[in-house]
Amino acid sequence: MYSHYSRKITNFLMFSLTGICAVAAVSVLFFILGYLVYYGGRSLSWSFLTKLPTPVGETGGGMANAIVGSAELLGLAAVIGIPIGFIGGIYLAEFGGRTFPFVVRYTADLLNGVPSIVMGIFAYTVVVLPLHHFSALAGGLALGVMLIPIVLRTTEEFLRAVPDSLREGALALGASKWKAVATIVIPAGFRGIATGMMLSLARVAGETAPLIFTSFGNRFWSHGLNEPTASLPVMIYTYAISAYDDWHRQAWAAGLVLLALVLIANVGAKLVLSRGPSPAR
Amino acid sequence: MDGSAAVISSQTEAMASKPPAPAGRARIFIRRLRGGDEVAHLITLTFAASIFLLTVLLVFELFHNSALPRHKFGWAFFFTRTWDPVFENFGALPFIYGTVVTSALALLFAVPLGVGAAIFLAELAPPGISAALTFVIELLAAVPSVIYGLLGIFILLPVLRTYVEPFLKYTLGFLPLFQGPVFGIGFLAAGVVLAIMVVPFIISVSREVLLAVPNDQREAALALGATRWESTWKVVVPYAKAGIMGSIFLSLARALGETMAVTMVIGNTPQISASLFAPGYSIAAVIASEFTEATGNLHVQALIELGLVLFLLTILINGLARVLILATTQRSG
Repeated sequence: MYSHYSRKITNFLMFSLTGICAVAAVSVLFFILGYLVYYGGRSLSWSFLTKLPTPVGETGGGMANAIVGSAELLGLAAVIGIPIGFIGGIYLAEFGGRTFPFVVRYTADLLNGVPSIVMGIFAYTVVVLPLHHFSALAGGLALGVMLIPIVLRTTEEFLRAVPDSLREGALALGASKWKAVATIVIPAGFRGIATGMMLSLARVAGETAPLIFTSFGNRFWSHGLNEPTASLPVMIYTYAISAYDDWHRQAWAAGLVLLALVLIANVGAKLVLSRGPSPAR
Repeated sequence: MDGSAAVISSQTEAMASKPPAPAGRARIFIRRLRGGDEVAHLITLTFAASIFLLTVLLVFELFHNSALPRHKFGWAFFFTRTWDPVFENFGALPFIYGTVVTSALALLFAVPLGVGAAIFLAELAPPGISAALTFVIELLAAVPSVIYGLLGIFILLPVLRTYVEPFLKYTLGFLPLFQGPVFGIGFLAAGVVLAIMVVPFIISVSREVLLAVPNDQREAALALGATRWESTWKVVVPYAKAGIMGSIFLSLARALGETMAVTMVIGNTPQISASLFAPGYSIAAVIASEFTEATGNLHVQALIELGLVLFLLTILINGLARVLILATTQRSG
């Protein structure tokens, strides 16, 4: 039989332990940020952001092509993934019946759980093999397919959050269903949908594995979407596992740039979302 | 007068030369088509269907492009230890072993830490602090994998190599788990990095599951004289057990597919070793490392077959996870 006192001590001890766990988990983020700012900040410079990579052994190279390449890949991914996810989400929220939307949601969840490297294999077999070379198209396809389930889910969720009274009001005024959806419902839910799109792009921006054998990488500027393209995450990987100190320093700087962009997008999106699903009246 | 007659007569002519109006049902169909709803339905349906078709295509491509090793090795692929590109003898066992070991280690470290933190955030912390800390932890989930790998290589590995692993070897070296030379890289490093990556998922899902437990349960326990910890540990957590298991499965699925951070710290050696200090390989890591340098079709297709295995495994575990989480949230409804 436990005495009353020992139960109180157990209470205090166990909750303190859980508190330590929580603090430890939270402090990891500050460790990550701290190290990146410390090591990355030292190597971040204007030449880093604007110059091309130099041959090994020469200092002073930069990652300009990787930054532009990442932007290219994200743009391509957005063009491929966002329309499908957005319009599919409209279908699920507004037009669907019972069975087919269930199938679509199930496969979208399936796609969401697929490891990013398997997406890369998919893009490899669909784009790289037929074309016989690496390209930004392949990388964009891999990232775009990863975007689809996220955009689909957020679109459906925020469209469903729009109150029915808005839809009924539009229909009562004589609008056809598609007009009601396009002009009333979508704008009402658009803030959530747009932040969902931004979050999904931020998530996909950090993906490395699918790009390793689709867009591959490039030491120079890539001209057009049909050429291998450098990207920030792949450069970080390549430089980090290399044997050269100068490359290690550049990897830190690139890591800082990537993390800063991803965190800004995430924090911004969360702050916008926390203000509520629809614009204040 | 003349002009208006000409206009009227030309209009009559125009009407006469128009094709006859379509009969009953066709007219209704065209009118509905012009209304736009059917078209909108069709367009949105097409986009939604393309998602389904994409998934089917994905599965097909994975199967189709792994045909060579499947026909050559069959099921023996999963039980062979050798991975020999030179003599084209491929076996998946080292990678399955590495994936299992690193994921098990990751869960071993992450589950106590994650569930503990979730209990703190759901039960003890005041709502403001809980929300703020959860915000930070969810940001952790957004950090790209390659950044974890970067920190793993330059911060974690030296610590492991200089302090942790020699200490473990000194104290627990009688176990085969902690024998062998200390490199820093290896299964232990990969397990630790994976654990750090997986903790935010366990925390956020477990916290939501714990918050979903109805308050009556807690109040009943407290009314019966339990301390807050006893009420949490003996009443609330068992109630939410299925959901917490679901969060663990979700994290497992995530850990299985984690590529970059593991590749950077696991040592990339296809070997099976009892020691946690030894370098190894995981399925995702070997695909990432060897794909662009694969020698010959069989090699590439063997890697794709590994990708297929990973795909099926993650689907299975994700499915289990969702069933478990659904069971908890529906139960408290």
